Amino acid sequence: MTDSVKRASETPDEPQPYAELGMKSDEYDRVRAILGRRPTSSELAIYSVMWSEHCSYKSSKVHLRQFGTKAPHSEALLVGMGENAGVVDIGDGWAATFKIESHNHPSYVEPHQGAATGVGGIVRDIMSMGARPVAVMDALRFGALDAPDTRRVLPGVVEGISSYGNCLGLPNIGGELVFDPCYIGNPLVNALCVGLLRKDQIKLATAPGPGNKVVLFGARTGPDGIGGASVLASATFEDESHAKRPAVQVGDPFMEKLLIECCLELFEADVVVGIQDLGAAGVSCATTELAAKGTGGMRVDLGLVPLRDPSLLPEEILMSESQERMMAVVTPEDIDAFMAICTRWDVPATVIGEVTDTGRLVMTWHDEIIVDIPPGTAADDGPVYERPFHEPAGQAALNADDPVRLTRPTDLRSTLLDLLASPNLASKEWVTSQYDRYVRGNTVLAMPADAGVLRIGEVMPGAEETDRGIALATDGNGRYARLDPYAGAQLALAEAYRNVAVTGARPLAVTNCLNFGSPEDPEVMWQFAEAVRGLADACRVLGVPVTGGNVSFYNQTGSTPIHPTPVVGVLGVLDDVGRRVRHGFTAPGLKIVLLGDTGDEFGGSEWAHVAHGHLGGLPPHADLEAERSLAGALVEAAERGLIEGSHDVSDGGLAIALAEAALACGVGGEVQLPGTDAFVDLFSESAARAVVTVRPEWFDAFAELCARYEVPCYGLGMTGGASLRVEGVLEIPVDELRAAHRTTLPAVFDS
Amino acid sequence: MSETSARRSRVEGYESMGAARVGVVTFPGTLDDQDAARAVRHAGGEAVPLWHADRDLKGVDAVFLPGGFSYGDYLRCGAISRFAPLMEELIPSARAGLPVLGTCNGFQILCEAHLLPGALTRNENLHYVCRDQRILVENATTAWTGDYAPGQEILLPVKHGEGRYVADAATITALEDGGQIVFRYLGGNPNGSVNDIAGVSNEAGNIVGLMPHPEHAVEDLTGAPGVDGRGFFSSILKRFVNL
Repeated sequence: MTDSVKRASETPDEPQPYAELGMKSDEYDRVRAILGRRPTSSELAIYSVMWSEHCSYKSSKVHLRQFGTKAPHSEALLVGMGENAGVVDIGDGWAATFKIESHNHPSYVEPHQGAATGVGGIVRDIMSMGARPVAVMDALRFGALDAPDTRRVLPGVVEGISSYGNCLGLPNIGGELVFDPCYIGNPLVNALCVGLLRKDQIKLATAPGPGNKVVLFGARTGPDGIGGASVLASATFEDESHAKRPAVQVGDPFMEKLLIECCLELFEADVVVGIQDLGAAGVSCATTELAAKGTGGMRVDLGLVPLRDPSLLPEEILMSESQERMMAVVTPEDIDAFMAICTRWDVPATVIGEVTDTGRLVMTWHDEIIVDIPPGTAADDGPVYERPFHEPAGQAALNADDPVRLTRPTDLRSTLLDLLASPNLASKEWVTSQYDRYVRGNTVLAMPADAGVLRIGEVMPGAEETDRGIALATDGNGRYARLDPYAGAQLALAEAYRNVAVTGARPLAVTNCLNFGSPEDPEVMWQFAEAVRGLADACRVLGVPVTGGNVSFYNQTGSTPIHPTPVVGVLGVLDDVGRRVRHGFTAPGLKIVLLGDTGDEFGGSEWAHVAHGHLGGLPPHADLEAERSLAGALVEAAERGLIEGSHDVSDGGLAIALAEAALACGVGGEVQLPGTDAFVDLFSESAARAVVTVRPEWFDAFAELCARYEVPCYGLGMTGGASLRVEGVLEIPVDELRAAHRTTLPAVFDS
Repeated sequence: MSETSARRSRVEGYESMGAARVGVVTFPGTLDDQDAARAVRHAGGEAVPLWHADRDLKGVDAVFLPGGFSYGDYLRCGAISRFAPLMEELIPSARAGLPVLGTCNGFQILCEAHLLPGALTRNENLHYVCRDQRILVENATTAWTGDYAPGQEILLPVKHGEGRYVADAATITALEDGGQIVFRYLGGNPNGSVNDIAGVSNEAGNIVGLMPHPEHAVEDLTGAPGVDGRGFFSSILKRFVNL
């Protein structure tokens, strides 16, 4: 029996399974107060998903506000937080939109589809801004490399990203891969997408204009990801067949590719008033959000939704997370042109309703009204929690456990080789060679470069006229954030910012994916609050606004949370992409220069992790003014063509940076260390540093530039030869470095 | 009509026009079409978009079937594309001598359409592979390789999950004896193909298919290191200028 509004009014005391849907009793009472009656089961479906942590940010909202209140002034910001993705002005009439989002839990349950649909979802967010998606990246975290479950999860995740992204025709230009026992049972799969559009073509998720048509287009709706709805269905209908539905959505990248091309033609033809992708909470989310941001009302006939499984119930249609679907608002005059473009791309499209000025979202099912709500109450007025938080009990002891007590090595040669072969520093080629980095022909730099760089020219008609390019990097260090979430978040931003700057790009804007344990644990909540505060403060100092992002809570097994892991993505612009700087020793005979000062900083370092399995003390000092100066110097040097190569110094310190630079082009180098302690010089992880190579004849001009930016600058030696030589300390042939670097991942995953 | 006369009539038609016109086909799910068109333009040719659903080759001088996942690679790579309306025009024209190049998914489509012998199966290690690959040009007499020297070594990217070329023993022998193995992998076979085969041609040499991507090796700034892919495009364009 359909639970209509009429029936709900007649049966006010019928018990409803709100708790099984994850709703607290006070939240349920609020729904009853809003409606002045009990909700129908369809309405309960809508409120329960829209007010979930995932959709409503109810635990994080009070903290995330700082990204707005502390935001630096930015001329570049065109669309800020709150839309599907932020948009920034990149010059010459062009704009870039980018966002990173988590798909952690689905990727643990079903690695391939979980990761694949993570890519699909973020790509649709970018499309819904009116942009052509042009590249993806992914930031991944797994348990220890040798843990059995890592062998189950990692290959599936990589295959999911590979099969979906490659089939979609989006180059994968970078990302991260980190192993740490804390992620066992809670892998992190954070997918980033970037898109390009003309500045005047931005689309928003809004449904204005009474009489305009509401079109659902793309894949048909099936029983994907509606675990929650099955509770409703079985509770209300006692129908066993609906109780066992797949919890993870299944993706079809071919349909998504057609959707991309179809949407771009729709935008080009200017037949779209508003658009929204269907992600989490599917039709519930798209209808409530579009209506809430538009004229305020919408009428939808749920019976018109094209189904893959005709037995689906209205509650299930509302909650289904079937992939590759979009919703558009179209004027009656344009509807024929809209449908013709969909037909050309073989994309099914159906008018399921229209915009009204009633202020109500009304849905019918076989002529009965099953939903009648003010849409804003579901979309915007969800609960907001001020969750309690306090510093974790062991935090002071953890910080007091300074790595200075650890035995330091005397054989630095084998220390370097051990680190280079360790899971987090070893070559990620086993993974990245499964991603297409060339498709669309605009990839200028991709992994293992510090940042992915794309040419803008020739992306779309008219784009040939710009020489500009964009650079993107993501970074995050859970160990640093565990030791100090405030500094850890700042260091994540600083590293991504630096990685963009070393390519010669001017950092412009930030996206973030905040991966944490349960917000109901006050110690986790403290980590979250500190990380957000640190990131917001750092964005202000560096002058880069947060444009959007995502929070992923409940990454924990039992009562053990993951390390707090804020992953930060930074987008930058190159005015002339031809001036991009590569990360290696590109030729012999170049001066090797270290920028930035090195202190004795080993808290949370790769060395402490690899050599001693130690995590304690404090992370490196986050000196944001120094980061800002360093980036300024790097960008100006690139613009003036003063540097040949440039590489960020971070995990594993100078030793790893030098080894990676030598491996990039197979050119060695000879250096003399600037300090008195070779171990500290080589392996400390002090921030705000980079290694650059300069032609000898330009060194004076470069040194002068560094002095102007007050960036410390140390000539270390020269590139050349077939080995990396640190005078008086070590010499390792590049081939030996390569063997150490290359074999770790294949040894595990090809065996 | 013999192959030669078909080619001649096309060339005669072409002489009154400007740059050679190379058709670039887009199926649903084609991915490298923009890149192929760009490579044609960079070489001085005119790239003519061809749509899978049109029975119209628009009088082009040559056709490029680019890479991608046409029709989602459902059933088998290239198996559905083979039946596209455009292919009804392309198949007889190719048999009559129209120069056709298929890269990656384009190669798979040419094999499914029986314009080239053999088939492309899942990579030996079951993983998609994207890497810069050294290639040996063994036959520099085809329509698409005239600008290379026989035995020349070039660097092109490969990026595919189903690139393992296979054929029965008799076919392989015939291809080897007839000089129809146009390209071979050097320095490690990325997919386990028979005899390290990277690309083959038909007997007449007007139809060439290969897994590597010449269109991603034509500019210094982007794609694979170097510009070794340019030879494909200069070969086909010169053919029409010189004939």
